[in-house]
Amino acid sequence: MSTLEIKNLNVGIGEKEILKNFSLTVPKGEVHAIMGPNGTGKSTLAKALAGHEDYEISSGEVHLDGLNIVGMEPDEISRAGLFLAFQYPSEISGVSIANFIRAALNARLEDGQSINAPAYYKELYTQMDALKIPREFTSRSVNDGFSGGEKKRCEILQMAMLKPSYAVLDETDSGLDIDALKTVAEGVNAMRGKDTGMLLITHYQRLLDYIVPDKVHVMYDGRIVKTGGPELALELESKGYDWVKEELAAPVA
Amino acid sequence: MTTTPDLDLSRDDTGDFSYDVDYKYDAGIGLTEETIDYICDVKGEADWIRDFRKRALKVFKDKPQPTHWASKDLEAINFDEIRYYLATGQKATRSWDDVPEDVKKTFERLGIPEKERAYLAGVEAQFDSEASYSNMKEELSKQGVIFVGPTEGLGEHEEIFRKWFGKVIPIGDNKYSALNSATFSGGSFIYVPKGVKLKQPLQAYFRINAENFGQFERTLIIADEGAELTYMEGCTAPKFETATLHSAVVELVALKGAKIQYITVQNWSANVFNLVTKRGLAMEDAEVRWIDCNIGSRLTMKYPGVVMRGKGARGEVLSIALAHDNQHQDTGAKMVHAADNTTSNIISKSISIGKGRSTYRGVVSIPKHLKNCKNNTECDALLINTHSRTDTYPAITVRGLGNTTQHEASVSKVSAEQIFYMMQRGLNEGQAMSLAVNGFVNDLIREFPMEYSVELKRLIDLEMEDSVG
Repeated sequence: MSTLEIKNLNVGIGEKEILKNFSLTVPKGEVHAIMGPNGTGKSTLAKALAGHEDYEISSGEVHLDGLNIVGMEPDEISRAGLFLAFQYPSEISGVSIANFIRAALNARLEDGQSINAPAYYKELYTQMDALKIPREFTSRSVNDGFSGGEKKRCEILQMAMLKPSYAVLDETDSGLDIDALKTVAEGVNAMRGKDTGMLLITHYQRLLDYIVPDKVHVMYDGRIVKTGGPELALELESKGYDWVKEELAAPVA
Repeated sequence: MTTTPDLDLSRDDTGDFSYDVDYKYDAGIGLTEETIDYICDVKGEADWIRDFRKRALKVFKDKPQPTHWASKDLEAINFDEIRYYLATGQKATRSWDDVPEDVKKTFERLGIPEKERAYLAGVEAQFDSEASYSNMKEELSKQGVIFVGPTEGLGEHEEIFRKWFGKVIPIGDNKYSALNSATFSGGSFIYVPKGVKLKQPLQAYFRINAENFGQFERTLIIADEGAELTYMEGCTAPKFETATLHSAVVELVALKGAKIQYITVQNWSANVFNLVTKRGLAMEDAEVRWIDCNIGSRLTMKYPGVVMRGKGARGEVLSIALAHDNQHQDTGAKMVHAADNTTSNIISKSISIGKGRSTYRGVVSIPKHLKNCKNNTECDALLINTHSRTDTYPAITVRGLGNTTQHEASVSKVSAEQIFYMMQRGLNEGQAMSLAVNGFVNDLIREFPMEYSVELKRLIDLEMEDSVG
């Protein structure tokens, strides 16, 4: 049961169907990558899993260690253990990173429990050092005036602090230079292990040079059309997505 | 006589509860010369006060509602259905033990005696028309500090207070200052002698308990040369079906080199019309600072002002307004520069939620003959969801050479994406909105005294929890 299991998920925005009978299972402890051309439904998958109200799930189930999270509120899904690293993280002016993460941790506590402040800051600084985030960022407003790379590192920092059972990383590599990419990859790799399952959504193979996935899935037109090992990513890189499209078209022709 | 308390705990912790209280004095419904005579007789006031009240009554009756610029909602106030004076007939005591049981319970639930022990130099607690408790630390009275209500202030310390009473805000300033001048009861009259600096704040708490009632407290604070004080006022009322009126007049006088900081934490229920006139006079090198926070009420109209009459005087208004569904916060500031080298600062933050509406009105005037005057005005509005409305009406008149003003305004929105982002981290919708609002007011709250900012954050949290269905 220790899996993120997506079964026959159909998701649309308004009248438009985007995910079509989408199925995928990510066991805890594994890292899976989803690759695919633009407009194929990758980000829709991420938002729908996290419970965004604009993405309407018409049928299907998503089990987080056996718990069906379809229909749950975004905050309930988060507290149930699913983390989403956003492609475009929101800015929250006036709220410091330290206070934001602390509020998120607080939301996970029972009534009457409280966070031990010294222990919290010790952990926060350790994780920030690992992600090469300067200390002064603790008092800066969340994502306010951050560069693309700083935003992505801040997402990974939140993931490291919240320690989710499953994490979906939506285009975390976009907008990163090579040094930032390496730092982010190190952060993700540090979380790899038996306690977390991860789903990397990416357009390019580049990220997978630094985070070697257990499995690579190719997504096209709202579903998974091909699954393989890390070598599949390299094959895609050299042959391009047209190769997948042609292969799909072939049996019909 | 006491009856069984009628408790309503639906909004835990806020002011929405009321007890049945036996009023010994009740001026009845409506406002006429007889009402004024009744109030004067009960209070045993001097003839000059009776004359002052009656002149004010005439001005009030003659002045039209200011609906040519203000909200039409003012027309919903029916002055003939309001009770203008309600009191238990017991004089304010210096000990909580002597306060009538139901009144004492009210203030205990609001945490007043506890706060007094923790950090206040003196407290006055007003219940409907009169103070039921009034006490100040002994050492302050030894230093000559006076902290009383208007009846005692004008009755026993006429030589100190009469000089300034009604001078900063004349009867005819506006319809509601006239109404207050006719019917005032309760409030604080404070005098701090030369050079005396109060380390702890004085606090007044205004509580409306009765339905169809008008509360008209009157405050006059005089800080003599070089004196300093901080005064805090809190207000609550239970939720009634009918409208309740709160119309105060607050006059501050800061003589040469004096500093007055006046802090308001208003948390009126949604049936209260809160129409308040507040103005301070700052003489040479004196400073008047208003910290004004308006949460709740049906309609609030309040524009704290500072008249900088002496050279080097400073005026400041820091305000936060939070308008919920069907509430209108019409607030702002007035800065009148009347001497050289005067400086004023206005920072206003408003939050509109749901169908809530916020309006900022500001007046800054620096006439041509003055030199080296500066004003800074910042007004920021935050909208939470698309029905909210915000308007800004700044009127800045700066003439002459060497005078400067700076005006910045911004409107921002808490977007659905921001809320989703925060919820994805595990915060529920109310917590997410509360965090966004706290973030918006954070830099301003840092300027406030600590006890006050804690209280304010707690109120914002409660409001935002309530705003989520």
